[in-house]
Amino acid sequence: MKFLVCISKTPETTSKIAFKENNTIFDESGVQFIMNPYDEWYALVRAIELQEEFGGEVVVINVGPDSNDIIIRKALAIGADRAIRVNDNALSAFAVASHIANHAKSENYDIIFTGKETIDYNGSEVAAMVSELLDLPFISYASKINLEGNTATLERDIEGGVESVKLSTPFVVSASKGMAEQRIPNMKGIMMAKRKPLEIVQPEKIEETVVALSYELPEKKSGVKMVDPNDMDELVRLLHEEAKII
Amino acid sequence: MSVLVFAEASNGKFKKAAFEAVTYARKLADKLSIECVALCVGTVNGAEELGVYGAQKVYHINNNNLDNFDSQLYTSVISQVVKKLGIKIVILTNNSTGKSILGRLAIRLNAGSISGVNAIPDTSAGFKVAKGVYSGKATALFELKTDIKILSVMGNSIGVEKIGSEVSVEQINVEVPVSKLDISHGKVSEGIVPLPEAEVVVSAGRGMKDPGNWGIIEELAKTLGATTACSRPVADSGWRPHHEHVGQTGIAIRPNLYIAIGISGAIQHLAGVNNSKVIVVINKDPEAPFFKAADYGVCADLFDVVPKLNEALKKFKSNV
Ligand SMILES: Cc1cc2nc3c(=O)[nH]c(=O)nc-3n(C[C@H](O)[C@H](O)[C@H](O)COP(=O)(O)OP(=O)(O)OC[C@H]3O[C@@H](n4cnc5c(N)ncnc54)[C@H](O)[C@@H]3O)c2cc1C
Ligand SMILES: Nc1ncnc2c1ncn2[C@@H]1O[C@H](COP(=O)(O)O)[C@@H](O)[C@H]1O
Repeated sequence: MKFLVCISKTPETTSKIAFKENNTIFDESGVQFIMNPYDEWYALVRAIELQEEFGGEVVVINVGPDSNDIIIRKALAIGADRAIRVNDNALSAFAVASHIANHAKSENYDIIFTGKETIDYNGSEVAAMVSELLDLPFISYASKINLEGNTATLERDIEGGVESVKLSTPFVVSASKGMAEQRIPNMKGIMMAKRKPLEIVQPEKIEETVVALSYELPEKKSGVKMVDPNDMDELVRLLHEEAKII
Repeated sequence: MSVLVFAEASNGKFKKAAFEAVTYARKLADKLSIECVALCVGTVNGAEELGVYGAQKVYHINNNNLDNFDSQLYTSVISQVVKKLGIKIVILTNNSTGKSILGRLAIRLNAGSISGVNAIPDTSAGFKVAKGVYSGKATALFELKTDIKILSVMGNSIGVEKIGSEVSVEQINVEVPVSKLDISHGKVSEGIVPLPEAEVVVSAGRGMKDPGNWGIIEELAKTLGATTACSRPVADSGWRPHHEHVGQTGIAIRPNLYIAIGISGAIQHLAGVNNSKVIVVINKDPEAPFFKAADYGVCADLFDVVPKLNEALKKFKSNV
C-alpha cells in the first residue's frame, strides 16, 4: 500500500493574529508555525499505522517555501518514509491542489490523506480539488478508517451524527478528530529523519483564480456585563430586552 | 443568467442551512438583477417551500441514487445543470456536504471558489466576498476573478428570511453516474438541530465534574430549544459525544446565543465560538478568561445557578 499525506503549515494556535502593509499581509513576526493539527495528529499518524499493519510506504507532500522544511522533518521524525516539497509560495487552495495532483498522477497512491481543514484559512477545499483533479472518490471528515485488502471502511462526521462508507482504493480522504492518537517523535525518529529523502520539486506555473485583498480584525466586545447570581430573572430580562435574542 | 443554489435535503427534508443558502442566493440575485434558481436532488418533500425563502424557480432531479451523498455524483449532476442553464454563480451550504463538493465543482467548472463566506458579495467593482479566517480571529476579503464563481455560505451568517412565496417544481433530467460508494447511516440524532445550524447553544466544560451531572444542561437546553455542545477535554474523556466538541479542533459555530457553563475560555475553545452574537458565561472563577469574551457573565457555582436560570426562563416562556 502506498499512502500520500498532504501536510500544511499554520500559525501555532495561540498566536496573536495581526496584519501589516495596510492590512493586506499576515504579520509573521513573532509567530511560531506548526504542522496543521489535523494533518499531523490524525492523517499522518493513521497513514503510518496502516503502513505498519499492511506494509508499503508513507510519503508526505507539502507545497511551500524552504522554511517549511521544519514541519516536513517533523513528519519524517514521526514516521513518514520520504517527503516531497513543491517549492511554491502557493496562495490559493487551487494552486496547492494542482501541485499535489501533478505529483500524485505519476505515483499510483492507494490512499491520499489530507486534514479536515487548515486552521489558518479554514478552507476545507484542497482535498475535494485533489480528488476531482485525479477523478477519485472523496470521503470527507473521516473519523475512522480501516482496510481489508483493497476495501476500506470509513466513518465520517456529518451534521449531528456519523455515516459509514465502504469503498475500494484508490481514493482521497480528509481526516477529522478521532482517526488516530497524536504521536510525539522520539530521539531515534528525529535522528532517522535527517537521513530520509526530501525531494524538492520545481513548480509548474498556476494561474490563481482567487486572491485575498485585505484582512480585518473583529470589533472588540464592549465589555462583559456581570449579573447577580441570585437574580436570574434579570439575566432573562437582559437577554430578552437588551440583547433581543430570546 | 441566474444564481443557482443547491438546496440539500436529508431524509427527504430540507435543513435550515438549505433555506439560509436560498435566502443568500436570492439576495445576491436581486443585487445583480438576475434570477434565483434552486436545485434539489433525490427524494424530497415539499420542494415548493424553497420559494418561500427566495427561490424563483425550483428544479428537482428525481433519482434515488442521489439519496446518499457521493461528492462525485453530486458534482456531476450540479455541473450538468450549471451548463444546461448557463449559470455563473453557484451557492452551496457550508456543511459537510457543501464543503465536500465545493472544491470538486470548482475544478469541474473552472470556477473560483470560496468556502464559508459570511456576507453578501460586493459586486460594485469585480466580485468580492468576505469570510472568517484564522479560526474566526479575523475576516478576509477575497476577489474571485473567474467567469463562474462558487461560494458556500457559513451557517447563521445572514439568517433565514421568508422573502418569497411557494413556486412550482420542475423536473430536470441529467445523467446520474454510478456511485463507487456503499453508504450506511450510523447514529444520527433525530429531532435535534445540528450544531452548525443551531441558533441557541448550551455548552458545558470540565467544570461539570462528572458526565452524570449533565441533566441540568439538558434541562436548560430543552427550555431554550437549544443544541448542546461541550469543550474538548469533555469529548476527549468520553463524557459527551465527539460531535458536540466545539472549538478550533472541533466545530466552529456562530449561534445567536452561546451559553458557556464551566468552561474556562481557552483560546482554542474561543476560536470556535467567538463569532456567536451573544455570549453568556457561567463560571465560579472571576479570573476565567471566558469573561473577557462574554456579553453577560454570572460568577457563581454552576450547580447552583443553572437550575435557577432554567426556572427563570421557564417562568418567562410561560408569560409570553
Ligand atoms: C492545539 C489545541 C487545540 C485545541 N482545540 C480545542 C477545541 O477545539 N475546543 C476546546 O474546547 N478546547 C480545545 N483545546 C483545549 C483548550 O486549550 C482547553 O484545555 C480546554 O478548552 C479547556 O476545557 P474546559 O474549559 O472545559 O476545562 P478547564 O480549563 O478545566 O475549565 C473548567 C472551568 O470550569 C470552571 N468551574 C469549575 N467548577 C465550577 C463550578 N462548580 N461552577 C462554575 N464553574 C466551575 C473553572 O473555573 C474553569 O474555568 C485545544 C488545545 C490545543 C493545544
Ligand atoms: N500548502 C500545502 N501543502 C500540502 N498540503 C496542504 C497545503 N495546504 C493545505 N493542504 C492540505 O489540505 C488540507 C485542507 O486544507 P484547506 O483546504 O486549506 O483547509 C490540509 O489539512 C492539508 O492536508
